[in-house]
Amino acid sequence: MAYKDEQLNEEKVFKDPVHRYVHVKDQVIWDLIATPEFQRLRRIKQLGTTNLTFHGAEHSRFNHSLGVYEIVRRIIYNFQDRPHWNKDERLLCLCAALLHDLGHGPFSHSFEKVFKLDHEHFTQQIILGDTFVNKILKRVSPGFAQKVSDVIAKTYEDKLVVSLISSQIDADRMDYLQRDAYFTGVSYGHFDMERILRVMRPIDDQVVIKSSGMHAVEDYIMSRYQMYWQVYFHPVTRSAEVILSKILHRAKHLFEKNYTFKLEPTHFISFFKEDVDLADYLKLDESIVFYYFQAWQEEDDPVLHDLCERFMNRRLFKYIEFNPNQQMNEWMELYKLFQDAGIDPEYYLVVDSSSDLPYDFYRPGEEEERLPIHLLMPNNELKELSRHSDIVESISGKKRTDHKLYFPADVLHRMNDKSHLKKRIFELLYGQGESK
Amino acid sequence: MLTNHAKLMQFFAVAEEVTGRKKLQKMIYILQKCHVPFEEKYQFHFYGPYSEELTLRMEELCNLGFVAEMKEDKSNYYQYNYRITGDGLDFLNQFSIDMPDIKTQVELLQRRSSRFLELVSTMLYFDDLSKDAVVEKIHIVKPKQNYTSDEINEAWTFIASLQKNPLQ
Repeated sequence: MAYKDEQLNEEKVFKDPVHRYVHVKDQVIWDLIATPEFQRLRRIKQLGTTNLTFHGAEHSRFNHSLGVYEIVRRIIYNFQDRPHWNKDERLLCLCAALLHDLGHGPFSHSFEKVFKLDHEHFTQQIILGDTFVNKILKRVSPGFAQKVSDVIAKTYEDKLVVSLISSQIDADRMDYLQRDAYFTGVSYGHFDMERILRVMRPIDDQVVIKSSGMHAVEDYIMSRYQMYWQVYFHPVTRSAEVILSKILHRAKHLFEKNYTFKLEPTHFISFFKEDVDLADYLKLDESIVFYYFQAWQEEDDPVLHDLCERFMNRRLFKYIEFNPNQQMNEWMELYKLFQDAGIDPEYYLVVDSSSDLPYDFYRPGEEEERLPIHLLMPNNELKELSRHSDIVESISGKKRTDHKLYFPADVLHRMNDKSHLKKRIFELLYGQGESK
Repeated sequence: MLTNHAKLMQFFAVAEEVTGRKKLQKMIYILQKCHVPFEEKYQFHFYGPYSEELTLRMEELCNLGFVAEMKEDKSNYYQYNYRITGDGLDFLNQFSIDMPDIKTQVELLQRRSSRFLELVSTMLYFDDLSKDAVVEKIHIVKPKQNYTSDEINEAWTFIASLQKNPLQ
């Protein structure tokens, strides 16, 4: 029997808190899960620094990847006898679902911004390079690894296959919304996925939703909106993310200035040089990052030492709402006051905006920027969701954005009470004297 | 602070007005590929390279009053046009950002349709492939647009003209 068709003697199941069970019958999938590159995902948290706000959010990219695989497996099962669905794409869909996040690194959003990396580029490299994953995919057929890579890169010829993994209602989002809600413990984020799976239909090159399932999709869109503001964009999580980014910036800056680290930052050197190869990339997981952050608390550089101590002990920055249009002059004055007070504003006075986040809202795609969710009407016509749903229309019409100014309130409080600098800084931050 | 926002406003200060979200998406992507230091992350989507970060940043600029968004009814769809405001120019004047002169490139892009820029940006997305492979890829990822050989040849010429005008 060809490797691609090989089935396990007995179906394997992973117990899963979101989907109850993740079912594996294909030998290829079982072998992929066992690779070091996939096992590495156990050591990378799905939500990065969110556990500093929601302590339960310790789940990993490994959990999520299995979850996406399981959802795609169920969708394909539902699609198997429907027109427009090509049964030959089954294994390709399952592999792409399982491997779609393979290139994520630790705290990947901050790492990508500071070191100019792209996790998708590393996903491609792991799938196509000299890796255990690639060896397995090549056993399926010579061109199979490239196909999996193309699906994940969204450049595969069959758009229907791509849309299962990546569209505005895809398995990736359906898993992370439910999983993140479960592990953070919030009550939003839940929706009736079983119902959505039952009303999904493959039509030409996209997955559409039978109009009778519109309310289940409304719930999904609402949960996406709620999770965005209540979890993903939580101001305390952003504070931790700001400090994390500043640690990476500082360490890179020190390296460039030939600073002598007490502990040679071996694992970070190619990152500092912005010349990271796959082997270096795969070595870096969260345990390594935490090891360095622990060690850097002992460094002589006061900024690196302080930022690491803050991150490790959750001594985060405080924040105020900030409007760059109305408060630009205040910001410039604050910048100068921080400098005068010996607090480096490059590291300790930070504006963070909602656009700095890797999550998105539903977009109706009015000018073909993105493919929207289409409802399949009883007369077989396709209608964009927000044109038919008042709830979705009202959410997608709202362009809520947000900026916050982060600073170390504890340092400011410790300043000399008689200092005019302190008085003025508090006036600018809180519109009055020192806030308790 | 807000350096990436300021870079976009610098673009609008040069472009004056951009007609359509899709055109804006593709213009910024093509400029990125010409080494203009925009940092918005792009991914390949149904209609070519698209940046959610750019969409969000534009919403922020509009909410802050730095960029004005005008909605135009085109009978079967809406088109959104963008222009920098007085507040946006004031904000920009307080910034010193390190941006090359992009006037020539922006003028070249402004003259083209969003359909054409979708083709150019898609070709640039695959710029690590050979010319023949790029053409093959265009037909794979854009079957519905039915780009003709003439359009593809014109796009190659256009890309060459962009590269002939190096950034100052």
